[in-house]
Amino acid sequence: MTPPDQATLHRAITTPNLAPPGGLSDGHGRPAGRRFWVYRNNVAVSLREALRTGFPAVASLIGEQNFSTVARTYAQENPPDSPLLMLYGAGFPAFLDGFEPLAHIRYLGDVARLEHAMRRAYHAADSAAICSGTLRAIALKTLMDSSANLAPATTIVRSVWPVHAIRAYALDPSNPKPAATPQNVLITRPDFDPVATPLPAGGAEFVEALARGATFAEAHDQAAATASGFDPAFTLGLLLDGAAIASLNMKNGNY
Amino acid sequence: MPHPPHDSLPHAPGVGYKPQHYGDIIADPAPVEWLEIHAENYMGDGGRPLAQLEHLARRFAISVHGVGLSIGGEAPLDRDHLARLRHLCDWLQPASFSEHLAWSTHEGAFLNDLLPLPYTNATLARVAAHIDDVQQTLGRQMLLENPSSYLAFDESTWAEPDFMHELALRTGCGLLLDVNNVFVSATNLGYEPRAYIDAYPLDLVGEIHVGGHDQDHDDHDAPLLIDSHGRVVVEPVWALLDDTLARGGRRPVLVEWDTDVPDWPVLAAEARRAATALQNVHSTPRSVPGTDRETA
Repeated sequence: MTPPDQATLHRAITTPNLAPPGGLSDGHGRPAGRRFWVYRNNVAVSLREALRTGFPAVASLIGEQNFSTVARTYAQENPPDSPLLMLYGAGFPAFLDGFEPLAHIRYLGDVARLEHAMRRAYHAADSAAICSGTLRAIALKTLMDSSANLAPATTIVRSVWPVHAIRAYALDPSNPKPAATPQNVLITRPDFDPVATPLPAGGAEFVEALARGATFAEAHDQAAATASGFDPAFTLGLLLDGAAIASLNMKNGNY
Repeated sequence: MPHPPHDSLPHAPGVGYKPQHYGDIIADPAPVEWLEIHAENYMGDGGRPLAQLEHLARRFAISVHGVGLSIGGEAPLDRDHLARLRHLCDWLQPASFSEHLAWSTHEGAFLNDLLPLPYTNATLARVAAHIDDVQQTLGRQMLLENPSSYLAFDESTWAEPDFMHELALRTGCGLLLDVNNVFVSATNLGYEPRAYIDAYPLDLVGEIHVGGHDQDHDDHDAPLLIDSHGRVVVEPVWALLDDTLARGGRRPVLVEWDTDVPDWPVLAAEARRAATALQNVHSTPRSVPGTDRETA
């Protein structure tokens, strides 16, 4: 019998119900049998647990049993492409969007998107941040002509669902029940723990424009085009509280 | 990273570091003098994990223990992952770096388990080349850990201790001896764990692991122990540690607890048990392999 190579072992570990490869024994000349399933089980359970750790709100929304099923299916079709399991599951939100048995929970993919974005923010690079005092010391005209470098942890998750409220309620039922309002969410990391905050209309456009390198004036115009009368003060306050503005690029020098 | 250099791990108890123990370890590390981290958990760009590690490294010697390099893989080593390991080791300047005699990646898919290898001349040549690659890339000696085995390959022509010894001779790597893995493999494959220890080149061992395992059984109702790191170390494994230390002298001894992680006092009690085992050893080893030696 040809000894099993790693392609054969890999197939046997990742394919449900496939017989264990030959050439493996129990140390006494008897076929390895169920001893081989230790590996299959370790792989399946550890990948499921990695997803469980990364997507607690999704697990809470669909229940542990459903989560096990969907996580196992995802892991079989999408094994990690690197040993960095901290960010495993980047494709899980899109997978949930297309997962027929849970199609009736239409917001599930967006909740997963928010959870994964929080996880990325947790591991994002550290950054300096300017404080509100610094910003207040700059003349408004000068600020409006400046652009910002946002901290690497800063992200926007857009949704047509009240995704922030759904996540918060799923993680802690003492939070308010979600109202039927779409929510775009700003994620910042003031110190080590990411903070998610729902944005007012135009807020996502404002932050995304800044992230693309627009000046504050341009970002304001783009936000106002979506939400007439957009007042940047609240969103700017969230960015400052979230240590999200690493530095400013001003016409005559950086800050 | 500025901190007092730890050129080698102390011959004292260490524990596998879990973030939930951070405050307890800072407040009262009990007999713990060094910490082991899983390399892959510290490969993010920043945030709390790296900040905590930087803080801990000022006080404790750190062992970086890789669990994802797939040194036994049939394919060449993942250059990106090797670069990440080098980045981490260059920044942290750990007292030790170790990995496993196992594979975990096939055609780019990472299986997150330590998968078994046949002990043949072909495997020997391949793993030796991979260890050379690691040691050259990292610019330091590595320790290679013996696996837990649930089955044996019919094609194997080497006994495991001889295979480990030969790899160390060919590459200049040191060895990590996990006595729980020895106990698990010996029980599962039906050999005497003390015979394994007797055959293991203890003078090349730079670190010892102990940990807990689960109990199952195979198709023939024979005991099948699973290396789960989810409970206390059993008495026969402590006894095997005592024998190993009596034969080879004091070494850095790590208590591993990775699943169902308990509150700190439970893990600290296991570390105290390891401290007692170390205190009971009166002899010192003839030679201790350096873990900070540059490879040629």
